[in-house]
Amino acid sequence: MKPTLSVSDAALALPAPASPFKKYWKILRISLVERLVYRADFIVSTIFRFLPLVTSFLLWQAVFDGSQQQSLSGFDRRRMIAYLLMVQISRMFSSMPGLAGGIARDIRDGNLKKYLLQPIDMIAYLVSYRAAHKMAYIVTSALPYGLLFFLCRDVFDGWPDLLTLLAYAVSLALAFLIGFFFEATIGMIGFWFLEVTSFLYIINTVNFFVSGHMFPLDLLPPFWSHMLQLLPFQYLAYFPAMVFLEMKTGQELVIGLVMELFWAVLFIVLARVLFKFGLRRYSAYGG
Amino acid sequence: MPIIEAEGLSKTYRVYQKKEGLLGALRGLFRREYKEVRAVDNVSFRIEPGEIVGFLGPNGAGKTTTLKMLSGLIFPTSGSARVLGHVPSERADTFRRRFALVMGQKNQLWWDLPAADSFQLHREIYSLPTDSFTRTLGELTEMFGVESLTRQPVRELSLGERMKMELIASLLHQPQLLLLDEPTIGLDVVAQVTIQKCLHDYNESRGVTILLTSHYMRDVEALCSRVLVITHGKMVYDGPLAGITEQFGRAKLVKLQFEGSDSPEDLGQYGEVTSRLGPVVDLKVDRAKVADVLALILDRYTVVDMSVQDPPLDQVIARVFEEGRAQHEADSQRV
Repeated sequence: MKPTLSVSDAALALPAPASPFKKYWKILRISLVERLVYRADFIVSTIFRFLPLVTSFLLWQAVFDGSQQQSLSGFDRRRMIAYLLMVQISRMFSSMPGLAGGIARDIRDGNLKKYLLQPIDMIAYLVSYRAAHKMAYIVTSALPYGLLFFLCRDVFDGWPDLLTLLAYAVSLALAFLIGFFFEATIGMIGFWFLEVTSFLYIINTVNFFVSGHMFPLDLLPPFWSHMLQLLPFQYLAYFPAMVFLEMKTGQELVIGLVMELFWAVLFIVLARVLFKFGLRRYSAYGG
Repeated sequence: MPIIEAEGLSKTYRVYQKKEGLLGALRGLFRREYKEVRAVDNVSFRIEPGEIVGFLGPNGAGKTTTLKMLSGLIFPTSGSARVLGHVPSERADTFRRRFALVMGQKNQLWWDLPAADSFQLHREIYSLPTDSFTRTLGELTEMFGVESLTRQPVRELSLGERMKMELIASLLHQPQLLLLDEPTIGLDVVAQVTIQKCLHDYNESRGVTILLTSHYMRDVEALCSRVLVITHGKMVYDGPLAGITEQFGRAKLVKLQFEGSDSPEDLGQYGEVTSRLGPVVDLKVDRAKVADVLALILDRYTVVDMSVQDPPLDQVIARVFEEGRAQHEADSQRV
């Protein structure tokens, strides 16, 4: 008996919602099974994801020790650690490793064909596939993350209220959409330029900084902080974390969410449009 | 109504001409030179329901490009195609539900999962009702003899088994048209024969129309009553397989065994001696002269055994390809 047998049967037995989404729900379930095939890889990568976090903690420890200040732009030691932890959760939803590169590779190698031959929509397919990966990742990392948050529980001032939690959930869902469709948009560039790796590398490096993954954007001089908050990248890490920490409230929260929705819609449309024109070019110049 | 109607189908690619060396590469950054390549040139044919048609041609002749145009992956530069009553490049869902394209060198199954999971996914993608899906799947796995393998991860299957799974996956939605690009490439003879037999039986029982390319003449001989031959984008033959030999094979192979342990020396005057082993001689004789030559030889020598054969089909095809190339080069020099 192969161990994969029981895993896949269990996942395939999940209930399915009604029709038009059924196809993509199925893709999601099968992707989930696929993701669980390499269990060791899964566990190792989950554990190693914590290493950069430890270095971040130590770095900020040193910064606070050196600066003699209790607080930097409204962040004291506890807040800073809480922020760095919450950014991990944001990235759990918004990071899309390999998505753009994968799309560009499919275009270059001709694997794109399978989406054109079958009655299926490539973007919807990839969303389902990615959602499955995210689900698998969240479920399996729940335990180590739970432990980490438990150990660091002193840095939080208890749970935020229900409304904040609701806003937080919305900001995370939109973070997933912005993360996905931003990367997908970059991947579509593969229709025009076959190689997007170096471009992606630059974006990812810059992103680490401008999304607030490295530190809260408020630490920057006000001009730069405001500039970066006009960009979509802050929603990939900074904004959801700030919502949870109740540091974006009232009008600021509402405007933030509306802008987040705006960016999500913009990238959804952009990815679609590029896909459409890309396919036209692909079909004209041959695959 | 024909399943496939191609009218003057042409496809021109623009190919970037890379200059040699570093300097050339640098120059290419600013100014690129392109060459137009006519991959498919004014090709017309029609295929009726239930036919199995072989599509022959040397590498780069335009076979795959034609299949891509017929399946809607690429637009024709000029000319038109109607497949199953649709314009393929519109990629309508109703069109995509009714055909399948299988490429021998590309796989559509999920590498790390058992084929059964990929089949389930196909069921959803094509919205197939569960009971008919289960029935079709049962029939297909039995036909291909792979019932026991569908729960093994695809990466653990042999090349032949994987190809069978690919074919099963492409037949699950019961397409009316099957486009196969090199379905038996790299397979051993046993697997090749199984696949030929399955395709043959499936065509008999379901009446599915098949257009297939292959470099193995055995596939074509086993399956196709009709072949299209394309070289350098141009169609050079459309007709029954046997007709190729008549049209292009100008010589026949006469095998002679003479009495005694030796053969006469002067056979060169009758035709081309292609092999001589003691008393056994292979003689290539012009088709029209076979009867005269035989009469003369029988008259002069004592012949123990003899036979007259068509030259092997792949030799004839090789000739056709060779002539196509020569023709193409002559044409391009004139331009």
